Amino acid sequence: MEDLWFELSFFLEVLFSGLLTGSLYSLIALGFVLIFKASGVFNFAQGAMMLFAALSLVGFQEMLGVHWTVAFLLAFAVMVILAWCVEKFVLGKLVNQEPIILFMATIGITFFLDGFGQTVWGSDIKVLDIGLPSGSFDVGGIFIDKLELVGGATAAGLVVVLAVFFNKTKIGRALRAVADDHQAAMSVGISLRYIWIVVWTVAGLVGLVAGIMWGSKLGVQFSLSLIALKALPVLMLGGFTSIPGAIIGGLIIGSGEKLAEIYIGPLVGGAIENWFAYMLAMVFLLFRPQGLFGEKIIERV
Amino acid sequence: MEEQNRQIGDVLLAVEDISLSFGAVRAISDVSFDIRKGEIRAIIGPNGAGKTSMLNCINGFYHPQQGTISYKGNTRSQMKPYEAAAQGIGRTFQNVALFKGMSTLDNIMTGRNLKMKSSLLSSVIWWGSAQKEELEHRRYVEDIIDFLEIEAIRKTPVGRLPYGLQKRVELGRALAAEPELLLLDEPMAGMNLEEKEDMCRFILDVNDEFGTTICLIEHDMGVVMDISDRVMVLDYGGKIADGTPEEVRADQNVIDAYLGGGH
Repeated sequence: MEDLWFELSFFLEVLFSGLLTGSLYSLIALGFVLIFKASGVFNFAQGAMMLFAALSLVGFQEMLGVHWTVAFLLAFAVMVILAWCVEKFVLGKLVNQEPIILFMATIGITFFLDGFGQTVWGSDIKVLDIGLPSGSFDVGGIFIDKLELVGGATAAGLVVVLAVFFNKTKIGRALRAVADDHQAAMSVGISLRYIWIVVWTVAGLVGLVAGIMWGSKLGVQFSLSLIALKALPVLMLGGFTSIPGAIIGGLIIGSGEKLAEIYIGPLVGGAIENWFAYMLAMVFLLFRPQGLFGEKIIERV
Repeated sequence: MEEQNRQIGDVLLAVEDISLSFGAVRAISDVSFDIRKGEIRAIIGPNGAGKTSMLNCINGFYHPQQGTISYKGNTRSQMKPYEAAAQGIGRTFQNVALFKGMSTLDNIMTGRNLKMKSSLLSSVIWWGSAQKEELEHRRYVEDIIDFLEIEAIRKTPVGRLPYGLQKRVELGRALAAEPELLLLDEPMAGMNLEEKEDMCRFILDVNDEFGTTICLIEHDMGVVMDISDRVMVLDYGGKIADGTPEEVRADQNVIDAYLGGGH
């Protein structure tokens, strides 16, 4: 009996930890979904944007010695400027081009941001501390990491705000219109420029929040932009166009990889946490290519 | 359709000597014509005559290398499509450009985009007033839906609709912006006879009830002749005739262009 209880609480602890890590994956995936939804571009640079935002935040804190809220606003301003530049110098020049060309352009942006960020802010690992709680607490024998809990709550809050923004506002509708058809959107008087700046700004803000969470957890360092790749299986699972999909996908991937590591890992020699997510996504892709919540593409022939 | 209560007014849009080329290909060469307020103006011509290019110049998708376009007396240089929309030029497309993932209602609502005043920031702060505005525009859109007799497909994602209905939704979206000048790119292409008749009726009603000036392109001469006030004929990018349907029908150049002279 005692044993069974221990097993169960251990299972729950692993599950919770997985779910909370998953919500942090979701936070990254959200940024991808936003830009994909609004411009049909798979933004490879989302991870680099997250890193760049977090670097800027820490950089301003160190350089100016200001409170983190001020640094947050400054970093947000940087992301707005970045959004403007991306539109002005890259996407604006590529209107009506094939998605693959836009995708390649975002790869270019990725390398630029990685390099530029390190040139400006240096390449050392930085400590990001904005006073988020650390350590863990105990609920009936289950330990829960405080930082992960804050991350989960933040992700949930952002999702609610974004869902309302996309479905209930004029600008949300304009964003969806641009995603569907550039020409038609322009013909009803939607300015592509404005929409793209808005959406990259929002994605930058999401990146900044994700960067704060991951930065607090792991320190602000180059590898953050690699963690962003974990968003790929999340997106495959959840669907590239769905905000709820990004969340559910994140939770499945997060809990799945932790549970697999603990319960399946020993059977196959361990260390499956790093590739389990990709395997799961690939198997999933075979059966439901549009993801759990993605829009099924109906093509008239 | 020469009814007494329809009034053809002054020149609304004047195109003067425009030429447009893509590299070595000349899409339009030295064409001048005008569109008068309140009329139904048709541009016809064989495939590749430059008809769609002309519409694209008018609403700012293309910028002609030579010549000028003046709208309501203002000569413009380079205009962006959304600026054209803001000045009251609406349009539909040859290959139906709808937002396929959205419902009929949402598609037509996007047409109200320019009429809705609340900005991003204000709709966050004054949520209630943004919602109220949304409802007012919704009412206008419902009227258009009734007008076009598409109540039954209000909530259907447009990607699932048959082609004829998609064209009708697209017309609805253009009308939602309350355009002064409406550009229709082959509104009847690919339709069966009954759908064509419906579309003709809608075009005439729009012109009559809302007083919207209409410029439409057609490949097929028949229908256009019946509903247009004036017809311009393009061939190989140049203007070969311009006048009332009767004049154009009798024009030797037009007969040659359509009935084989060199095609």
